[in-house]
Amino acid sequence: MTAVRASQAGGSLLLLAAAAMFPLVFTNAAVTNYGVYALIFVAAASAWNIFSGYSGYISLGHAVFFGSGAYLTGIATTDWHFTGSKVFLLLPLAGLLGAVLAVPFGLVALRVRRHTFVVITIAVFFIFQLMAYNLSVTGGTSGLLAPTVNYATATYNNPFYYAAFAIAVGTILLSWLVRRSRFGLQLRAIRDDEDRARGLGVHTMRVKLSAFVFSAIPVAMIGGVWWYYTTLVDPSSGFDPLFDVAIALMAFLGGLGTVAGPVLGALLIEPAYLYFQQQVSSGYIFLILYGALFLVVILLLPRGVIPTAGELLKKWRARQKNAGSPAGPGPPAGAVAAEVDRAREHA
Amino acid sequence: MSATLHTQGLAKAYGGVQALDGASIEVRPGSITGLIGPNGSGKTTLFNVITGYAKADAGEVFLDGRKITNLAPDRVFALGIGRTFQLTRIFPSLTVLENMLIAAQHKERSRNPFAAAGGAASRRHAMELLDFTGIASHAGELAQTLSYGQRKLLELSYVLVADPDIVLLDEPAGGVNPSLINHLAARIRDLNAAGKTFLIVEHNMDFVMGLCDPVTVLDYGSVIASGPPEAVRNDPRVLDAYLGVDDDETTESGSAAF
Repeated sequence: MTAVRASQAGGSLLLLAAAAMFPLVFTNAAVTNYGVYALIFVAAASAWNIFSGYSGYISLGHAVFFGSGAYLTGIATTDWHFTGSKVFLLLPLAGLLGAVLAVPFGLVALRVRRHTFVVITIAVFFIFQLMAYNLSVTGGTSGLLAPTVNYATATYNNPFYYAAFAIAVGTILLSWLVRRSRFGLQLRAIRDDEDRARGLGVHTMRVKLSAFVFSAIPVAMIGGVWWYYTTLVDPSSGFDPLFDVAIALMAFLGGLGTVAGPVLGALLIEPAYLYFQQQVSSGYIFLILYGALFLVVILLLPRGVIPTAGELLKKWRARQKNAGSPAGPGPPAGAVAAEVDRAREHA
Repeated sequence: MSATLHTQGLAKAYGGVQALDGASIEVRPGSITGLIGPNGSGKTTLFNVITGYAKADAGEVFLDGRKITNLAPDRVFALGIGRTFQLTRIFPSLTVLENMLIAAQHKERSRNPFAAAGGAASRRHAMELLDFTGIASHAGELAQTLSYGQRKLLELSYVLVADPDIVLLDEPAGGVNPSLINHLAARIRDLNAAGKTFLIVEHNMDFVMGLCDPVTVLDYGSVIASGPPEAVRNDPRVLDAYLGVDDDETTESGSAAF
């Protein structure tokens, strides 16, 4: 078991190093562009998963935090005349806004469950989109333009890449911490049977709301990066229903409620999305494909790639073990003790 | 020693059905109190009202003289009243051990919610209890893989790991095979000897009469009899409630009803 854990840690470090080296190895701007967008969605899908994946409350309103983070960064940049890399200093402020918005949003939405919860998150989302259209501070339909940056053309994408990289790594770390903690266990108990968890002394509202806030912060921060990178936020791009569907799809495809699942989902879907967007001239066709992909995932891989693969691996190992032991169909000697050991070790 | 739990005149209606109608019961510290009654007599509703899963229309619940009526389930639990459900409610996608740890989390000393789930002490205690109920070999498996009887044992185990003073069991023997029922009764007796108070709803009369004292009988939402099992067994009102026969007929048929 410790060997497995060591190899997991080693693999994670290797991936981390590869991601950190990526823009140094692939210097083509068209390629690093894929990297920036992929990392934006790695962060967003992982953050979404911290709340929705672990608690089972499917939020389709996280674009509220994404758009608000983008707008806040835009407004502050304009008002305070920030330029260049200084704009990145505004990201913690965007995260703070996400947290502040998540409290009333959560207090309203988390009073209800399942479909009703989903509908309320969508309603709140549209309220924010409408506000963006109508408030003067958001620039109405024309939105907010970012100042031009004088980064060298060859490495123009790199600052954005590393900003997104830092937020993505922080989010994955947070997700991992939550997954193994008492807090995460409480969330997963809520996903299984909220009333029962309550009857065992879990303060469910406090737990759900905390998770909602934790998941809002990185989404708002990455919204700021996205605004600076794309140089424009308007109501339909900042508060985009497709964003909500995209991060949910990524988490579902990779594995809802796992740490690696949303990362894998984002890395698979976002580059494919960008590629097809460039290849297929009509955006509508790609949206139809996108919807079809969601259907296929829900129907064929409802638990996602990571849990399904884990199960297959476990079965394969069990078969290997059984084939090797002469004990026949019963559990091999010592298996029970090993099981107990493993349970004790289980994080 | 744990506290006295008693209810006074509890009433609860679901639509036109009066599930509880002035129910007053008492659970003395250190007792194994049985709660019986025909189907629909309000036993589970009484459990739900006591533990905060349903709101009483009228009446009060007291714990050691203190009013705890209509508190939320997490508050009632924090006061030391744990329960199981008639239709066993475990956390299917958590492992058996994680089920235990979720019940133990309120005792964790660390205030840091990001601390790893289940400290060493919690894990040890959880494994001891799983040993005690005989499902320790399944600790690492997902709870959804357990059989019906094992789920009952798991639910009992995780209620016990939380260490409530008073344990409410809703049909612990229902659908469980006979040898496991004896095992269960022995476990309850052991725990009671160690100072735990029990309130048990059960249809299996051998189980109740062999284990519980006193036994309280509910019918149409109110208490019709309460006392030692022998006395309740022969109470004409109880026989009437179960069989719906006249008083003079009951005296003849005697205790054959059970």
